[in-house]
Amino acid sequence: MKAFEYVRPSTIREAIELVATNPKAQFIAGGTNLIDLMKHGIAAPEKLVDINHLPLKKIEKRDDFLRIGALVLNSEVASHKRVLASHPLLAQALNAGASGQLRNMATVGGNLLQRTRCPYFYDRAFPCNKRIPGSGCGALGGINRMHAIFGVPEKPDPKSCIAVHPSDLSVALSALEATVLVQGHRGERQIPMADFYRLPNNRPEQDTTLSNGELITAVEIPDAVFQKHVHYLKVRDRASYAFALVSVAAALDIDQNRIKTARLSMGGVAHKPWRLFDAEKMLTGQAVSETVFRQAAEAAMQGARAFEHNAYKLRVAPNAIVQALKLAAGLS
Amino acid sequence: MTDEKPDDLTQPDDGTFFEQSDRRLFLKQSLAVAGLTLSPLSFLKTAEPDADEAPFGNAEKVSFNLSINGKKHRLSTDPRTTLLDLLREQLGLTGTKKGCDFGQCGACTVHVDGQRVLACLSFAVMQNGRKITTIEGLAKGDRLHPMQEAFIKHDGFQCGYCTPGQLMSAVSCVREGRANSEADIQEYMSGNLCRCGAYPNIVKAILDVKTGGQNA
Repeated sequence: MKAFEYVRPSTIREAIELVATNPKAQFIAGGTNLIDLMKHGIAAPEKLVDINHLPLKKIEKRDDFLRIGALVLNSEVASHKRVLASHPLLAQALNAGASGQLRNMATVGGNLLQRTRCPYFYDRAFPCNKRIPGSGCGALGGINRMHAIFGVPEKPDPKSCIAVHPSDLSVALSALEATVLVQGHRGERQIPMADFYRLPNNRPEQDTTLSNGELITAVEIPDAVFQKHVHYLKVRDRASYAFALVSVAAALDIDQNRIKTARLSMGGVAHKPWRLFDAEKMLTGQAVSETVFRQAAEAAMQGARAFEHNAYKLRVAPNAIVQALKLAAGLS
Repeated sequence: MTDEKPDDLTQPDDGTFFEQSDRRLFLKQSLAVAGLTLSPLSFLKTAEPDADEAPFGNAEKVSFNLSINGKKHRLSTDPRTTLLDLLREQLGLTGTKKGCDFGQCGACTVHVDGQRVLACLSFAVMQNGRKITTIEGLAKGDRLHPMQEAFIKHDGFQCGYCTPGQLMSAVSCVREGRANSEADIQEYMSGNLCRCGAYPNIVKAILDVKTGGQNA
């Protein structure tokens, strides 16, 4: 591991300045992704700015939303009474991710900023455009069982990336239309979840739309009617402590057996959480039934594309959507 | 050493695993064994720490305070030192095990301010001012912790390498209120791997402590 300077600023402003003025500086919070990457020699910051002492650890009820500070731990969110009452989908997604130990370390901000990645990103014996832009993609002609089926052009760009984002939390936040609060040295801004992550295109090294030195300070989740009819379904290679092959966050507002609003987002299928707008539209106003769910799932799969080893996702994904909707609606 | 390294991991969510890197390690270890039969010198060479993983460059030491098993320490380390390496290499607390060193196996589980965490994925300096409890601090003198008693009673281990991490995690699992059923325990203990496959007995031990109403 390369040597780095360790600093522990006491104010948010100071922390931001330290990173904004030095492209080789990085924030560190829980460290569960960054330290791993540093051990592998993939991340090599010259300066680590420890933000763990900054006052970003509150869960607060505001006017019509819940604000969760960036440094609140994943385990704290998952067991928080207000979260469980108003946004149970978040707790479900968080508890489906990582392990008890990691949830006690990883923060909300850090969870969102974990790298979109695949085995080739970690293995320095292979090329990877995300690790070394322009070096090529090991996954395109390699083992691509875990990789994306959405957001991939018809002719995959050998200079791009087909890895998927592994966060479960971000899939739930995407379905709940959360907003990410960000502070930089030019001020604050709010980024809707839909605009927070990017597709790799010609800059696969860039996972999010954040600029250097911008710090996530909180996420805000609108008060919603999604308490009763929600489900986070995660399909994986083993029962627990594994990345999603496919995951589905489903949230429904049902009134007298009719769907007033539907929200659906998928994980494990794209470079970013994949919101299923077409399926949501299709479900709106419909009576609850498996047939309708199946139609929505089919609509959701438009544009999906498989590589050599991940064609199974084309079947698993629609089934997972139907199952998540059934569980959310109480049909199964 | 190979026996201690879990090789059947799929991908933990924090994203620390990769089949290829494990395979690479396995290859290295196999090469090391092959080298032994051919030439002792080449064995010594391959047995050296991987250049990729060894620290290099000059880092200024950073001073900080920790309480470990009730004892206060004033420490000074290279900031690259993980909490795990600090405990094992600098303080001689070798009860906390190094399994994968990448957050995949749970062998290095310790408590920080009463919460279970992975000592391998945290730099020691980041724990300034915190209270660390390791497996050495779990028993009260000669009196074993109820979880330790239960692991013995239910034969919750075979080789014992993962056991310190299992115990630390198990105590937390009960404290967190996540040990209410076998299924619950299986889910909330999933960050601790056991290559010997002592899982059924580990689950029984935890359930016994939970239902026995003993204080974890």
